[in-house]
Amino acid sequence: MSALYPPISRRFIRVWQRNLTVYRQSWKISFIPPLLEPLFYLLAFGVGLSVLVGSIHYRGEEISYVRFIAPALIAITVMNNAFFENTYASFVRMYYQKTFDAMMATPLTVEEIIAGEIVWGATKALIATAIMMAVISLFGLIRYPEGLLLLPLAFLGGLAFGAAGMFCTAIVPHIEQFNLPVFLFITPMFLFGGTFFPIENLPLWAQKTALLLPLTHLVHLARAFANGRIDATVLPGIAYLAAFSAAAFPLAIRKMRRRLIK
Amino acid sequence: MNAVIEAEHLRKAFGELVAVDDISFAVKAGECFGILGPNGAGKTSTIRMIYGFSPPTAGQLTVFGLDITRNAREVKARIGVCQQENNLDPDLSVLQNLVVFARYFNIPASEAAGRARELMRFMALDHRENSRAVDLSGGLVRRLVMARALLNRPELLILDEPTTGLDPQSRHQVWERLEELRAGGLSILLTTHYMEEASRLCDRLLIMDQGRILVEGKPEELVRRHVGRHVLEVADPAEDLTAFLRERDVRYESFGHRVIVYVEDGSDLYREISDRFCQKSCTMRMATLEDVFLRLTGRELRE
Repeated sequence: MSALYPPISRRFIRVWQRNLTVYRQSWKISFIPPLLEPLFYLLAFGVGLSVLVGSIHYRGEEISYVRFIAPALIAITVMNNAFFENTYASFVRMYYQKTFDAMMATPLTVEEIIAGEIVWGATKALIATAIMMAVISLFGLIRYPEGLLLLPLAFLGGLAFGAAGMFCTAIVPHIEQFNLPVFLFITPMFLFGGTFFPIENLPLWAQKTALLLPLTHLVHLARAFANGRIDATVLPGIAYLAAFSAAAFPLAIRKMRRRLIK
Repeated sequence: MNAVIEAEHLRKAFGELVAVDDISFAVKAGECFGILGPNGAGKTSTIRMIYGFSPPTAGQLTVFGLDITRNAREVKARIGVCQQENNLDPDLSVLQNLVVFARYFNIPASEAAGRARELMRFMALDHRENSRAVDLSGGLVRRLVMARALLNRPELLILDEPTTGLDPQSRHQVWERLEELRAGGLSILLTTHYMEEASRLCDRLLIMDQGRILVEGKPEELVRRHVGRHVLEVADPAEDLTAFLRERDVRYESFGHRVIVYVEDGSDLYREISDRFCQKSCTMRMATLEDVFLRLTGRELRE
């Protein structure tokens, strides 16, 4: 295992397909959260809070508060879907259902199993994003065709958060201990990652900290794509997410290998 | 005949704990080979190395003549494995469980559906095709796990305690299926701590304890070699029985209120003992593998 990137054949698709087959068993239920969540948020913030906030000054222009938070809701959905899929759901498959044990007795390798899981986490983020975009588009809050870039963005963001989640799955002893990364990693990003107010409102040290975290970049990119304002400022964000995924992916696989192979 | 599995000086250690301690054995093509031992003997650790689940700490291990550590994928494509724990996909139906598993072997979908139906018939699961795995009873779960292990038409079937926790009907059904598979030329490796299962199914077996092999051979030979033909059990014997047995120079074990005598032909001895020393109950029966097992691994509780 000295190679930076472990060898992974296309067979990881088999693991992805397994998760898709299970997902399709309960797709009617799986579809509900991404359908209703944006409606609740837009109702709460658009009708309730925007009376107080009105419009917001963002990157040199005034935009309505609803238009400001709608892309952030998509970014949060990407984060939550991929991270929770590759923490709680992957842990259940690994620890309680022994799904990985069964797979390891077939020609699949640990590397392929974990790669399939992370790609599946990114796929779930993509599916949720597509549903959410349909709802948000009804309110005229996404500009097309630029808005379609949200789909590949959801997949890239899903890889980053999925790999981070899988890394946690490889190291937590019990399922309850996911509380810790959720509390220390997910919740602060949800609140301070430029989601509900611009990070420029934060003190400088907090702004710098926020820029180290993946959700801040994902939110910025989602806002740029949804509002059709694609300029050079999207490049650092894309580079950040690509680098984060490229680093977290093999790290998660290596940790997982250490956990599974005894 | 060719060897399907060859283990030489195989060792497995988990840190300080040595689970498998320098064992060597071979399984021939077409035979059913059993690994017996009390809990914690190292049975599961041994077979996990054979199906490529855990890398050996030391020693040589070849399956189909291939080094398992270097050819894991090729070997795993040619074996079927029934692990001890139920690891079916609980949310999927019986048929879906098979079809999804077939994909792990790159079996094309149309071919997989055909094999799945054939195996559901073979394991008497066809009436439950659409039941979700989570709703199946223990016996059905085990039959489905076995059907799943046969999807890739393996040359070697590995079963880790295939009938533990099953009711007698399900157990006999599993045995019958395994006998049919063996008759069809499939090589089978199983672990068990049911002696009846081992005597019925295994052509050869080994008994291990604390990571080491104690004996190896054909079940009936092991019984003859280590116990003899007859076993006499005397409950609450008269005090002078052990003195009498020593004088007669027969093998026996004394557990205070129970004396067990191992003898080649016990008819005369039985008559004499029941006349002179029997106060409560005296029985003579044929020696079994269980007698061998208990003599070699002791009667004290494990774990």
